[in-house]
Amino acid sequence: MLQITQVNKSYENHRALTDVDLFVPKGVIFGLLGPNGAGKTTLIRIVNQIIEQDSGTVVLDGRTLSPNDIRKIGYLPEERGLYKKMKVWDQLIYFSRLKGLSENEAKVQIKNWLEKLDVVSWKDKKIEDLSKGMAQKIQFIATVVHRPTLLILDEPFSGFDPVNAEIIKNEILELKEKGTTVILSTHRMESVELLCDHVAMINRSRKILDGTIRDVKRSFRPEVFKIALNYLKRDIPMEWTPKFSDDVWEFTLPLAGKTPNQLLSEMMEFGEILSFREQIPSIEEIFIHQVQASTHE
Amino acid sequence: MNKIFLVIQREYLARVKKKSFLIATLLTPLIFPAIMGIFVWIAMQEKENQSLRIIEVIDETNLFFMESSEQYAFTSSVNDLDAAKKMVQEGERYGFLHIPKLDLTDPKGIQFYGLENPSMSLMSYLESALKRKIEDQKLFDKGIDPKILKDIRTTVSIKSITLGEKGEEKINDATVNYALGFVSGILIYIFIFVYGNQIMQGVIEEKSTRIVEILVSSLKPFQLMMGKIVGIGAVGLTQFLIWVVLIGTLSSVVMGVMGLQMPQQQALELANPELAQNVPDSGELANILQVIGGIDFITLVSSFIVYFLGGYLLYGALFAAIGSAVDSPSDAQQFMLPVTIPLIVAYLGLFVFVLQDPTSSVSFWLSIVPLTSPIAMMGRISYGVPFWELALSMTLLIGGFLLTTWFAGKIYRIGILMHGTKPSYKTMWKWLKSSQ
Repeated sequence: MLQITQVNKSYENHRALTDVDLFVPKGVIFGLLGPNGAGKTTLIRIVNQIIEQDSGTVVLDGRTLSPNDIRKIGYLPEERGLYKKMKVWDQLIYFSRLKGLSENEAKVQIKNWLEKLDVVSWKDKKIEDLSKGMAQKIQFIATVVHRPTLLILDEPFSGFDPVNAEIIKNEILELKEKGTTVILSTHRMESVELLCDHVAMINRSRKILDGTIRDVKRSFRPEVFKIALNYLKRDIPMEWTPKFSDDVWEFTLPLAGKTPNQLLSEMMEFGEILSFREQIPSIEEIFIHQVQASTHE
Repeated sequence: MNKIFLVIQREYLARVKKKSFLIATLLTPLIFPAIMGIFVWIAMQEKENQSLRIIEVIDETNLFFMESSEQYAFTSSVNDLDAAKKMVQEGERYGFLHIPKLDLTDPKGIQFYGLENPSMSLMSYLESALKRKIEDQKLFDKGIDPKILKDIRTTVSIKSITLGEKGEEKINDATVNYALGFVSGILIYIFIFVYGNQIMQGVIEEKSTRIVEILVSSLKPFQLMMGKIVGIGAVGLTQFLIWVVLIGTLSSVVMGVMGLQMPQQQALELANPELAQNVPDSGELANILQVIGGIDFITLVSSFIVYFLGGYLLYGALFAAIGSAVDSPSDAQQFMLPVTIPLIVAYLGLFVFVLQDPTSSVSFWLSIVPLTSPIAMMGRISYGVPFWELALSMTLLIGGFLLTTWFAGKIYRIGILMHGTKPSYKTMWKWLKSSQ
């Protein structure tokens, strides 16, 4: 779908992207993570042809990116807005026609979306008369109305109340089911784990991590197990820092070269096993850990 | 190309559909004929309602014989000040004029008594009549025959005729040329300022509401900028054309109504009695019409359109560049100066040099340099400009417009995506040089 190869971009006084490679397969939700100023927005702007890379290639559907691809891409920037004095309907017509839809096609699509998100009654209202959450819904429609095959969403949930965020989340999942590829750039790690199939992390202009959620989690597991015991047969060494509450002892131990089964049978010597579970890091923990590690390099 | 058209369409409709546009477009041209109509109406009412005003004259010098006019009659029925005052108070007389014994070299102490404040026109009428009498008297005292005095009173008007290359004669009138240059120059000046500012505000709006990032993911920044400039220019042209049509029809309606009720000459007299005295015959008006008929309107109108659009596009691009570089209208102030200075230079140059002496070298350069030519050249057109000068000026204007647009485009595409940094001329220069 989208193949980014060795892309470099620098501004006057800093490097925004250094040798970035990225492959976004078709029909996935691809999480693009990174702290502020890491280069995410620059990368997104390059894919949107707002700015040009200094070197490297961007290939969409097997062909180098060209102005014809504008129609295929839907972009919801982090900093976004609509014309305050313009009516919802006129505004949506304008944006969809700029993306290359014919007037009739635009009308049909806009009507469908207004009905789908249950906002038909707003169509003659001006944006300045809508609440922020309502305007965000219109903004989302403006992003997807031309049926893009690649959807780039930068912090799509900011500004939404939980109910509307849920609606938008479901719309994104539905679009994915229909074959749309989605690039999701966000700080909300819980939505990444919930929605994304793939993630890539960028820090200080470089890609530091890339892969499916499962692979990433697996490769970053610290091989630590959380154990809960009761009815102690032996004393637990104090260096394990066990916690005791409601007759249950809880502590964590690294595998330290053993297999999980070996560790489990060792633990059975100490008492009755209530639970024995590997600690899987959350994407957020991996993110923070990786960013810190690459920043201190 | 199609996308530029969409932007033009949006910019145009968004403004034209506004109520404020409708009101400004319809009311502005109404104001001028309305004011004119009101004045004429009041004057006519006054004339209809007023009977002849009789003014008592007590002339202790016995030198002044006041000639009566249509409005004022002068009588001398009493010699006593108190009696005259009483006549005024009782309403028998509109007022009375007291001319005491006076020294003709320093005529002081002439007084007018009335129940109400006398109008400006009455006072100036009396003053000029007395002045003439005193002058006549002085000349008479020096031994000049009153008959000769009457003979030497003359009015002069020079008929100016330009000779064409083939010997054809064209009647000119400096006043008409001045008025045409003045009006068209000012119109272009106002148009550039008002609509240039609208471009800037529009760019700032798109930038500050962050619409621009979505827009530039759909089309090139240059397309967006040009669409905006052209769209707003079309709004201006629409407004201008509506004004021309409205002012034209309304003025002729008002003039027509006026013309039916009173002859032109009288209207002029009413407005300014002193002027009326100086107008020798109604041939003057016919003369003006003849002069207007002699003007090469095709050149005038087509040049106006070229300079109107050329000037607007040239400055419009600069206004767009400023708008793109700043985050708010207040930040724009510091960059406005270099754009406003040439405009003001052109505006002042129009009055100080061009209209005074259209062929001087200052006038020539002001009308050639693209930044000032749209305003300055319009001041010269009606006086006649050699073809090569016009061609050079227009070519440079188009060149200048291409240059500022190129220049603005470079700043614009970087500026619109920059937030939170206060730009300086230095950073703008860097944007200009950067290839990206």
